Amino acid sequence: MEAAMGLMRRIHPKHTETALSALLSLLPDHSSDLLSQVDQPLQVLCDVESGKEFILCEYNRDADSYRSPWSNKYHPPLEDGQQPSAALRQMEIEANDVFAIYRDQYYEGGVSSVYMWEDDNEGFIACFLIKKDGSKTGQGRRGYLQEGGWDAIHVIQVGPEDDAMAHYCLTSTVMLSLTTNDESSGNFNLSGSIRRQMNMDLSVADGHLCNMGKMIEEMESKLRNSLDQVYFGKTREMVCTLRPPSEVVQLRLPETK
Amino acid sequence: MDDHVYNLAASEAFPIYNKNHIISLEMPNRSGDVLITTFGELSDTEYLDPRTAQVAAVDHVKQECTDVRPAADEELPSPYIEEFRCDLDAEIIKYVGEAYKKGVCSVYCTNGKDAEGPGSDFELAVVITAARHSPQNFCNGSWRSIWNIEFKDELQTVELRGKMQVGAHYFEEGNVQLDASHECKDSTIFQSPDDCAISITNIIRHHETEYLASLEGSYLNLPDTTFKDLRRKLPVTRTLFPWHNTMQISLTRDITKELGIK
Repeated sequence: MEAAMGLMRRIHPKHTETALSALLSLLPDHSSDLLSQVDQPLQVLCDVESGKEFILCEYNRDADSYRSPWSNKYHPPLEDGQQPSAALRQMEIEANDVFAIYRDQYYEGGVSSVYMWEDDNEGFIACFLIKKDGSKTGQGRRGYLQEGGWDAIHVIQVGPEDDAMAHYCLTSTVMLSLTTNDESSGNFNLSGSIRRQMNMDLSVADGHLCNMGKMIEEMESKLRNSLDQVYFGKTREMVCTLRPPSEVVQLRLPETK
Repeated sequence: MDDHVYNLAASEAFPIYNKNHIISLEMPNRSGDVLITTFGELSDTEYLDPRTAQVAAVDHVKQECTDVRPAADEELPSPYIEEFRCDLDAEIIKYVGEAYKKGVCSVYCTNGKDAEGPGSDFELAVVITAARHSPQNFCNGSWRSIWNIEFKDELQTVELRGKMQVGAHYFEEGNVQLDASHECKDSTIFQSPDDCAISITNIIRHHETEYLASLEGSYLNLPDTTFKDLRRKLPVTRTLFPWHNTMQISLTRDITKELGIK
């Protein structure tokens, strides 16, 4: 299992799904661990009632069906599928509406879904999901990307209220892949995933949704920034280490003479 | 896992990996590195090093060169071809020494190696690799370029086809990989071995330098253009999202109206 996780941490993100299915057949005893610990690209279904798309994950799954946040119905239909409490469902509806606006402002397209459920210690858990296809055939506004995907998973555990305060523990994962392709520079692909955690104690006066939203917004900005600056930067540094750009070579030459 | 199954799987997987990544292995008698490529592959475990005219015995799984022997005459090109190969090798070594930090290169004859003199076509292949593994810094990378060079006797031309592949992997608290490749073509005139060597090397230098510049360009375009199609740095409104207004559902409708989104 350790070796399997080591592999999944290092393997090319493009091959995640293939590798995961291979591991599942090699290690059937660990299938539930593998499925819960390995992040896979998000899948989408269309809610037949509202005509809107929703995202599938472990948190809206019951048996082989998935609950849509829009109609609150399972697809394919499931009798006695798990449902959040009425109060939580109310917050879920609101969260989906607000998060859709948030998503549109940052992503200019994409699909989002929010799911909530009670947990065992009087608090609740919320899962915010975003999937964006930024390719030029998808929803890439500028048409730069041959292929481009961004999947974000935010899971927030909200503790019970205590003295008008609550503890929020956010775990976020972003998986992305972008490919550009043109005559002069060939095929250029960057892909990967990172996961971070953030803990905060906040006053509930502003409401849970406001607190969770602000945390997610801050986290997404941080993740985007570190992917852009740190992770892509490091791969660029590596290329320059292998073959220093010519200015560097020219600068170095006089010294060696 | 079953040791036998493991060994069997490893013995199949390693040669494929080693050849795909064109790994370089140090030869035991200090005669430099041998590249593991299909161009130099004489058998499953034997690889030719044309520069030293040696054949290296290789343990694929340990990624070690275990032994070397002098190459037999029939494993080497004719003196006529060898002159072209050797002159090109000398120029490429100079170029790789200048352009790459830790580059390894080799020139193979891939077709027509027994031609005794002018009048027949032949092909050479230039292989350049540079790899860096620094797991302590959570990153690895590799540059591979393969140039197929066709010497066409009748047309008196030399045609080049190049393929460059660059990979980089950074995995400190994450897993991000670069995977880039580019193919190109060029040609020059058929000349004497030393003149061919210089013009071919110039062509390779030119294309590889341009490709590196275009990679830099792709990186520079990332933050403001390419990445923006996935997620913007700031919302279209250029201010942080007004989460405080969402306490009441009625207010969310106001936001919606304000932004003109339905």
